[in-house]
Amino acid sequence: MRWSVYTRASAGAFSLDVRVEGKAAPVVIIGPNGSGKTTLLRVIAGAYRPRYGRIRLGERVLFDSEAGVSVAPEDRRVGYVPQGYGLFPHLTVLDNVAFGLAGGARRKPGPERRRIAAELLTDVECEHLAPRYPATLSGGEKQRVALARALLPVPELLLLDEPLAALDVAARRGLRAYLARHLARRTRPAIVVTHDPSDVHALGSPVVYALEEGRVVQSGPPGDLATDPATAFVAEFFGAVTTETRPDT
Amino acid sequence: MTGRRSLAARAPFLAAVPMLLILAVPLLALAGASSPGDIAAGARHPLFGPALWLSARTTLVSLAVMVLAGTPLSWWMASRRGRRSRIVESLVDLPIVVPPAVMGIALLETFGRNGLFGPALSSLGLQIPFTTTAVIAAQVVVSAPFYIQASATAFRRVDEDLLIVARTLGHSPAGAFFRVAVPLALPGMVAGAALAWARALGEFGATLLFAGNLPGTTQTMPLAIYTALESDARVAVALSLVLVGASALLLFPLRTLPALIGRRFGTGNGAGAPPGRGLPEG
Repeated sequence: MRWSVYTRASAGAFSLDVRVEGKAAPVVIIGPNGSGKTTLLRVIAGAYRPRYGRIRLGERVLFDSEAGVSVAPEDRRVGYVPQGYGLFPHLTVLDNVAFGLAGGARRKPGPERRRIAAELLTDVECEHLAPRYPATLSGGEKQRVALARALLPVPELLLLDEPLAALDVAARRGLRAYLARHLARRTRPAIVVTHDPSDVHALGSPVVYALEEGRVVQSGPPGDLATDPATAFVAEFFGAVTTETRPDT
Repeated sequence: MTGRRSLAARAPFLAAVPMLLILAVPLLALAGASSPGDIAAGARHPLFGPALWLSARTTLVSLAVMVLAGTPLSWWMASRRGRRSRIVESLVDLPIVVPPAVMGIALLETFGRNGLFGPALSSLGLQIPFTTTAVIAAQVVVSAPFYIQASATAFRRVDEDLLIVARTLGHSPAGAFFRVAVPLALPGMVAGAALAWARALGEFGATLLFAGNLPGTTQTMPLAIYTALESDARVAVALSLVLVGASALLLFPLRTLPALIGRRFGTGNGAGAPPGRGLPEG
């Protein structure tokens, strides 16, 4: 399945003018803080409406400013795992995962949605966390639960914002491999925002987009960006020692 | 040396004492001024029953109006960040800084016989000033800002990402509001509602000017205290103690509920991450 996003928006001094596209393999987006990575994901998720743009997901048009199309976030079939995971603090892990079946068009009765959620929790090896509240989980556990929750409604595109940033090095390594396996197994298109060059290699993403100040400054296979960086940021990103990345807060 | 150092160490507390006394002594004096017999006599006074019943009824209706009409406004204020919402916020704050008596005059100018809607209302055969409805209107206008500001603040603390996630998981805006925003903002909303209720219970100035002081119809507890003071100070004290008791009851959920709800989720407070409105970074 192909997807493509073209968006142009501005709010105050900030503007976003970006064109990205991909197929089944995960696409990685890198960029310094404030470059518009999170905003781009939120535009795709439908939280922000750009002034101009077009978002296609397979045969479906999610947004088209010229045609006046703007599909509501709940109908986009896009999974979103924000930075910090965005788990609902007032719900147990099980109810967090089941949330995608708790309302809207896919609503299922309580026992059934909890059964489905429990299956998915087993799938991410977190079944023992079911009755706990998110505040009591470790970063790695939160990430797995958030991933399970996003996968439950079977999204056609997965948006992961800094999925490994808040983890310590050891947890990051384990979860990175896990994430790579998971995305590969389900061959689900994904956009992964990251600060960590190791993610690019581990996810095996064929294309990397480098965003700066709301614009794509370079895109292509990671090898190309590494050997011929267009900007100082890209050079630094691929030149940095892989374990020496700092979490983005 | 040690004595002086310990004095220096105690200085913050000693400096805090005067204000503490200013706040606590009058209430202690009130409690000491009345014997249980006086309170019982005050409670049997003909002013007491109707005033208590009227205060209970009107403040409950006011509270319902404030929550039902104020919550949508506070949600709107919390989810916008522009010039318009700042203007609206200032407007909502206005009744907090404007003296209640002035709000009473303003209500007369709105609903009075010669007010803005006066002719229209009287042509329908309706009269609002000096009725129980006027009591409720006065309470709502004076107290609602406390609820609206508190609940807007609570809504602003709900991490925007949680609402986006809820939408991407298939929930409508209303679903995200009721299943995510309201549960997380609830401690703040409850605290604001308790504060507004207490303020409505104590409403005096706007009520006196707009609704008058008619026993059984518009004479709420504070007005009954005012009336009783002219004839029998003991009754005024007894009425006052009942109001102090009611206020203390309101203060209890105000102080304990947010912490209780927060503890249930294993978080410091009930809300999620820090505010995340406007155009984000990253």
